[in-house]
Amino acid sequence: MIKAKNVSYKYSNQEGKDYFALKNINIEIKEGEFVAILGHNGSGKSTFAKHLNALLLPLEGTVYIDGMDTREEKYLWNIRQTAGMVFQNPDNQIVATIVEEDVAFGPENLGLEPNIIRKRVDEALLTVDMFEYRKHSPHLLSGGQKQRVAIAGILAMKPRCIILDEPTAMLDPSGRKEVIETIIKLNKEENITIVLITHFMDEAVNADRIYIMEEGHVVMEGTPKEIFSKVDEIKKLGLDVPQVTELAHMLIDEGIDLPKDVLTVDEMVVELCRLK
Amino acid sequence: MLKDITIGQYIPGDTPIHNLDPRIKIIITFAFIAALFFINKFFGYLFVVAFMIMAVGLSKIPVRYIFKGLKPLLVIILLTVALNIFMTEGEVIYTIWKLRITKEGLIQAAFMALRLIFLITGASLLTLTTSPISLTDGIEKLLNPLRSIGVPAHELAMMMTIALRFIPTLLEETDKIMKAQMARGADFETGNIISRARAMVPLLVPLFISAFRRADELALAMEARCYRGGENRTRMKQLSIEFRDYMALIITIVFFLAILWSRYFVK
Ligand SMILES: Nc1ncnc2c1ncn2[C@@H]1O[C@H](COP(=O)(O)OP(=O)(O)O)[C@@H](O)[C@H]1O
Ligand SMILES: [Mg+2]
Repeated sequence: MIKAKNVSYKYSNQEGKDYFALKNINIEIKEGEFVAILGHNGSGKSTFAKHLNALLLPLEGTVYIDGMDTREEKYLWNIRQTAGMVFQNPDNQIVATIVEEDVAFGPENLGLEPNIIRKRVDEALLTVDMFEYRKHSPHLLSGGQKQRVAIAGILAMKPRCIILDEPTAMLDPSGRKEVIETIIKLNKEENITIVLITHFMDEAVNADRIYIMEEGHVVMEGTPKEIFSKVDEIKKLGLDVPQVTELAHMLIDEGIDLPKDVLTVDEMVVELCRLK
Repeated sequence: MLKDITIGQYIPGDTPIHNLDPRIKIIITFAFIAALFFINKFFGYLFVVAFMIMAVGLSKIPVRYIFKGLKPLLVIILLTVALNIFMTEGEVIYTIWKLRITKEGLIQAAFMALRLIFLITGASLLTLTTSPISLTDGIEKLLNPLRSIGVPAHELAMMMTIALRFIPTLLEETDKIMKAQMARGADFETGNIISRARAMVPLLVPLFISAFRRADELALAMEARCYRGGENRTRMKQLSIEFRDYMALIITIVFFLAILWSRYFVK
């Protein structure tokens, strides 16, 4: 679905100095996969995300979306429709003043028939559970609701893949939960490929696979269990592991017999009960 | 305090006024405003009052919302009234210091104030009952014939949509910044005009920076959603002229004729 081969990208700042934000990135994501990308601020995650939507084009290397090279102009709109993108700030990606009008924005740009747009908008709003708010004004919604509207706006374009760049960074815990549940649902029920960029380790636990970025490089890759069992390495990168994993790690240090890859509270409960 | 601005604030509803075609509503509003300038005696305002009562009544918009629209423009209304009272020549009925109040001035002031009040309330009724999107749709469609002479109809409509979309967001942000600065001792409320204006500068700087950042991000988000200008773009909601639109037009024409009658034929 997504294939990045030896991708490099540099920004030039005002003084004309170049700064490589991506260095030789190789990432491959299969159809229907749920992939999380972690890394602290400035590690190049957003820069990479923008490559998946042809908002940025690689300086070196190639990005293929569903086999289409992002540098080929003729694929541009096809790529943007196939790989939809949700940004961090819900306020700055909602265009219209009515929820359903905003969801219609994408399909309208695709030049679809009015009745088809109507159908897609209703379906998308039902999927993210915002149908009853379709006539509302976005600025009166909560952060989590706005972000779900933004997701619906992408869904209405029928993408096969959605890239979410820290969609929960500006939300409160309940808003975060709403959005993550929506994302998981899209992945499981609609079989949409998900690329979730996040700061929250508890969100990454839901992924099939995790990439960790550091200074423009991919430094680690693996399933959540593989990644988070390396607590010390993760900490060295300045990242956290899920709280439960950290607790398990501390208990292991105290000599308690637990597996290293406990990720959720439920798993922890099972393991602790087994000790008895 | 910033919450009082109702211009561009839409109150959703399912009334005959809400459901009128936006093009028709815009045309009617312009006809209404034009009619206001034809009125030359108080009698003419009777028709205006009747027209407004009918429109507001049908729209089911609470009257206080209609009047809220006047608040930010109160200064202009008062200024007009004052200018008219003091500057009109005629029979002097009272003198304060060097200013003379004349009978004609009072009448003229009341007349102008009414005109302004109806103008503003009429325009507010349009924005209160028309979602900004259909309003801009209407403007776009009305301007479309002018494309050939270089009027960027779609771009103008898009700009207005975005401006309307971000007004509440930016107002909220202004409120937030003001509160944050007031908490640190900034004073927006006392002092003369100059010191108050100076207090606004530290408010505007962060506001502008944030507005530019928002614009940047929004442009990116729009591009990501395949936006490429007005060409080949379709709309979910098609505009269509219905029976009620013809009815509204006929009523407006009758209203306009009544105003003309009051101007030219009523002594
Ligand atoms: N438009 C830009 N111009 C110059 N440098 C940029 C620009 N955008 C990002 N950068 C730099 O590129 C690096 C990676 O940024 P970004 O991809 O936003 O990281 P992340 O999303 O992981 O926080 C940072 O060091 C940042 O300062
Ligand atoms: Mg980022």
